[in-house]
Amino acid sequence: MIHRLVPGALTFLLLGLVIGGAFVGLLSAAGSVDVGTFLLSPYTRVVVVFTVWQALLSTVLSVGPAILIARALARRPAFPGRTLLLRLFSLPLVLPTLVGILGVVAVYGQSGWFNRLMVGLGAEPQQFLYGLPGILIAHVFFNLPLATRLLLPVWGAIPGEIWRLATQLGMNSPQVFRLIEWPLLRQVLPGAAGIVFMLCFISFAIVLTLGGGPANSTIEVALYQAMRFEFDVGKAVQLALLQVAICGLLVAAGQRLVRDVPLTPTVQRPQDRPDVAAWGGRIVDAAVLLIAAAYVLLPLAAVLRSGLAGPVGAVLADETLWLAVGRSLVVAVVAGSLATAAGWGLLLTSRELRLRRYRPQSATALETLASLVLVVPPLVIGTGLFVLLSPVADVFAIGIALVVVVNAVMGLPYVIRILGPPVMRAGEQHDRLCASLGIAGWNRLRLVEWPLLRRHVATSLALTAAFAVGDLGIIALFGTQDTATLPLLLYQRMAAYQLDAAAVTGLVLATLCFGLFGVIEWGVGGRGQR
Amino acid sequence: MPRLLLLLALAFGLAAAQPARAQTPTLTIYTYNSFTSEWGPGPVVTKAFEATCGCKLEWVAVEDGAALLSRLLLEGKNTRADVVLGLDTNLTAEATGTGLFAAHEMDLVGLKLPIAWTDANFVPFDYGYFAVVYDKTKLPQPPKSLEELISGDRSQKILLQDPRSSTPGLGFMLWIKEIYGDKAAEAWTKLKPRILTVSKGWSEAYALFTQGEAPMVLSYTTSPAYHVIAEKSDRYAAAPFAEGHYMQVEVAGRIAGSPETDLAKAFLAFMVTTAFQDQIPTTNWMYPVVEPTGGLPPEFGRLVQPAKALLFPPEEVAAHRKQWIDEWLQAMSR
Repeated sequence: MIHRLVPGALTFLLLGLVIGGAFVGLLSAAGSVDVGTFLLSPYTRVVVVFTVWQALLSTVLSVGPAILIARALARRPAFPGRTLLLRLFSLPLVLPTLVGILGVVAVYGQSGWFNRLMVGLGAEPQQFLYGLPGILIAHVFFNLPLATRLLLPVWGAIPGEIWRLATQLGMNSPQVFRLIEWPLLRQVLPGAAGIVFMLCFISFAIVLTLGGGPANSTIEVALYQAMRFEFDVGKAVQLALLQVAICGLLVAAGQRLVRDVPLTPTVQRPQDRPDVAAWGGRIVDAAVLLIAAAYVLLPLAAVLRSGLAGPVGAVLADETLWLAVGRSLVVAVVAGSLATAAGWGLLLTSRELRLRRYRPQSATALETLASLVLVVPPLVIGTGLFVLLSPVADVFAIGIALVVVVNAVMGLPYVIRILGPPVMRAGEQHDRLCASLGIAGWNRLRLVEWPLLRRHVATSLALTAAFAVGDLGIIALFGTQDTATLPLLLYQRMAAYQLDAAAVTGLVLATLCFGLFGVIEWGVGGRGQR
Repeated sequence: MPRLLLLLALAFGLAAAQPARAQTPTLTIYTYNSFTSEWGPGPVVTKAFEATCGCKLEWVAVEDGAALLSRLLLEGKNTRADVVLGLDTNLTAEATGTGLFAAHEMDLVGLKLPIAWTDANFVPFDYGYFAVVYDKTKLPQPPKSLEELISGDRSQKILLQDPRSSTPGLGFMLWIKEIYGDKAAEAWTKLKPRILTVSKGWSEAYALFTQGEAPMVLSYTTSPAYHVIAEKSDRYAAAPFAEGHYMQVEVAGRIAGSPETDLAKAFLAFMVTTAFQDQIPTTNWMYPVVEPTGGLPPEFGRLVQPAKALLFPPEEVAAHRKQWIDEWLQAMSR
């Protein structure tokens, strides 16, 4: 059954073309590469240590609470506002960094809401934002919702039979967590934490702007400097490889913590868990959800407020805005679809490796490799592709296509995290039946996989599309005046002093993503699904 | 499934509705993003030039001046640019070093610049002065010199930009270097407690400033003009510094191998006429290099007029930038 390896091979081909092509392009432009002096300088060491340290802290602070939040959400599947909350949780992911930073600053800054409250209570205003705390506050704001969304599907995978058994055994909440939830969480936690870690690792604008000074700096800053101001492509390549190497090692180390828990086929009968009725649990869940909602929604409310305070009418009447909205939508939907299709293909192959060929290590390696795309900086991918393609094609004419392809590749890690567990499950539960009935290929995809995976496909499509909407790194390299997307428009307004209009544009962007999420989950996810 | 098909059809409809790109012979100009944005000088300038040249202008916009140069370095002789507009004097030495630029062959003596212009390749099209812009409602007594800024009240913070990623950030670093020379590192160490944060670019710092995070930000002497003209607000002002103000001069040049030599020359000549220069004050918020029609907007008359214009020669910046940035890093990360 060699053809089961084909989808994954195709995805890797795409990945190889984009990432490999970028590095080939860059290396061809690099002069002599002087490895030693820069990488060994004391400042580089300080930066590397700080980069890893802040990324680790950010990951722990994002993923730890995300477990509690996802658990609370899983235990309360039907409270009013749950769907809304989950959709709002998708917004920090897509906000352009600068808009998110301004939201965070409006809440925790010198003259933010928090400090105004302190003054109102008669206390001294506190300055705590600029420095490591600010970096962590902002990183958690951006990544806590992502981690929650990545972890939530774990609970959907627990078969009703297990809950029935747990109920019969009279398990309490801590026992449920220790015996049922934790073993399953352990499977996805390293992957989810890996994504958050990598995103914080390459964080640039947040670390510089809220870091308080160059003592708090990441490798990405040095990379940007090498690329933009020193025109030292060789150094940039070294730094990019250093990033990939560090993250690769740490993420691979994380993957070693994964223990596969095979779930036996079940009848998937819904069954309540035993610990939902207890009042203690209710209070804890309510508190967790309220705190999380406040933490994520307050900066969003600030974004909403400054957007509504701006010249809403004038911005909405501007034709340029709507052209940019159209372009952003196209980029989002096409890039999201491509990412989801490619990721799905890769997962089918890794499932084949895991289940039929008993090569789980190869499967994990495949998925980890694809996830490392996240730490290859957009500047490196974009510039490399530019060098590679500009002799043979009009890069600006195909600019939008490049934006789509690169965003699709950068969306792969999310697809793998979201779609991976359900794809595996579908295989574990239905492989034998399909084999005995002779259902294969397209029919299997349509009749067996699609109904099971539809909801998860919708989530990953929505997420990757939303990420593509928020893209600025790639569009800034390839976009021209005729191909400006919303985030680019927003930055142009900022650069022209129009901060109020930029705030409105930010609000439009957030609304667009919110709508896109809803439409995709409704249209693709199907009826009666969460 | 029908819903899915409906969505797909919609998506493809949108994709097809994107306007196709016209393939007419054109003059291609590389520039930075905010120049060609709807709010920059780009649109009006394009119209005016196209009305006289019988050609079409194609703008290719990148993030900023530094990105412009790195793009040229990457493209080398294969560049599609005929004209490059938006480098500043901190980048011209390296740009000249690429060998891509042709001499402008223009007489620029009549230009209204505070310094003598001798560059054979690049034509200046606007200039400005870096300045500490402050919020009058929060800082009634702004510093009157760099020295006062450096040794002043530490509770009154300033927002700066990183010289590794931002032009104003680099400008401020050079400003300190120009005034303090060998003692620049000490000056930075003294200033450090007054710095709230050092942002990636101008936009971040300026947005934090208008959100009230700090009473001072590094920007341009012309920044207050935007708030007066566009927002009718005189809340923000630039602080005049006794030592003088560091300059930024923005330039354009034409590419030697370009097939559109005549058009490129015509554009550079057009660039220093009023049709182009009239747009500069209120769209690029910088000073024009020729007297605009009817003079500068009256609001510009109320702006800070620097006692002295400071500027390192491009070659000196190119030769020492790396060393000076390392010195800044050392002082700031201590």
